[in-house]
Amino acid sequence: MERVPVLKIGDILLVSIQIDMEDQVALQLQEDLADRIVATGCHGVIIDISALDIVDSFVGRTLATIASISRVLDAETVVVGMRPAVAITLVELGLSLPGIRTALNVELGMDLLARNRAEEYDDRDDEDEDEAETPAVNAS
Amino acid sequence: MALSAEEASRFVVLLEENQDDLVGAWTDRVAATLRGRLSRTELQRQTADLFKGFQLALAGGATDLAHEPAAELRAQLTELSGHRARQGFSTTETAVSVYSLKEALLAKLGDDLAGLRDYIAFSAFIDAAALFTFDSYVRVREELIADQAEQLLELSTPVVKLWEGVVAVPLVGTLDSARAQVVMERLLQTLVDTGSPYAIIDITGVPAVDTQVAQHVLKTVVAARLMGADCIISGIRPQIAQTIVALGIEFGDIATKASLADALRYVLNKNGSRKHRER
Repeated sequence: MERVPVLKIGDILLVSIQIDMEDQVALQLQEDLADRIVATGCHGVIIDISALDIVDSFVGRTLATIASISRVLDAETVVVGMRPAVAITLVELGLSLPGIRTALNVELGMDLLARNRAEEYDDRDDEDEDEAETPAVNAS
Repeated sequence: MALSAEEASRFVVLLEENQDDLVGAWTDRVAATLRGRLSRTELQRQTADLFKGFQLALAGGATDLAHEPAAELRAQLTELSGHRARQGFSTTETAVSVYSLKEALLAKLGDDLAGLRDYIAFSAFIDAAALFTFDSYVRVREELIADQAEQLLELSTPVVKLWEGVVAVPLVGTLDSARAQVVMERLLQTLVDTGSPYAIIDITGVPAVDTQVAQHVLKTVVAARLMGADCIISGIRPQIAQTIVALGIEFGDIATKASLADALRYVLNKNGSRKHRER
């Protein structure tokens, strides 16, 4: 059976799907990704589907599942490069892939992940500051 | 009503004997209805050609316009009506170009019963020919209209780049399913080609928004989102805002702005805060 390669680039795992997504392939990818996220400790997953002509409901649901699994493992998933025809078909079918973040291409996807990480740390900094201020008020 | 074989042969003889007179009389009558919009020499040539077509068809044994020997004549009639349709002549003026032959013929036939019988038989054949021109005239006109509709479709759906990473679609005219499809495909393709994460759909030029139009716009927005781009709808006129609310159309969390300028400012702000955070 064909497998989809998972590449590690810095803090991100890049999955570029170049073959037809059959159900078995999708499930295998789901398992591989979960393993790799844990093994590498990456915080972002980019799934490039620009070579896919067809995204059926099963693949759509698998993508959503992958997104949920990686979120549990503290990694954000971005699906990038969806073709217009695929998007139109999904909309016509009423599948809006809830819970999946998307970007136009890999570059914008990496931007999005970097921004998310930055925001997360900003928020944490803010929280730290809040905590730091509170005791000071109490002390006065 | 088809001609009988003898009638057809009598017809051929009649045409041959009076060729010049008939062509002359025929051309005169056509010229009178067209009132000088075509030169006489050109008309003369056209009628002479048609006349020859009739002769050949009948001499070849055609007793009905649909028969094989009349194929050449049919082609001539199609060409004639195609010309007339493109030059803007009315249907009457086109049909008269054929019907006039009848009047020219009547003057050449005897007044007796046999002559009248022949005239009726010949007329039937010419009527069929005139109806045929009528059909081709309408067909040519319909082709013209279809061509124009297609050109209109091409013309009216441009996708323009407004700013780095921002494209806009100014929609003009009524949005039906076919146009909405074209707009959707073009917008999504442009998003991919330019890698723009923002798209503004401007509906200033859309005269009315009903549930169907709203549906199309919403589908486009959802599709763009699936691909990872954000859509903003702008140019909503007060009247249209009222219709949208009255129809109970929900735009959900899609950003809507009153003018294109507002939409652009909104997008640049979002973009700006993004850049700011990256620093």
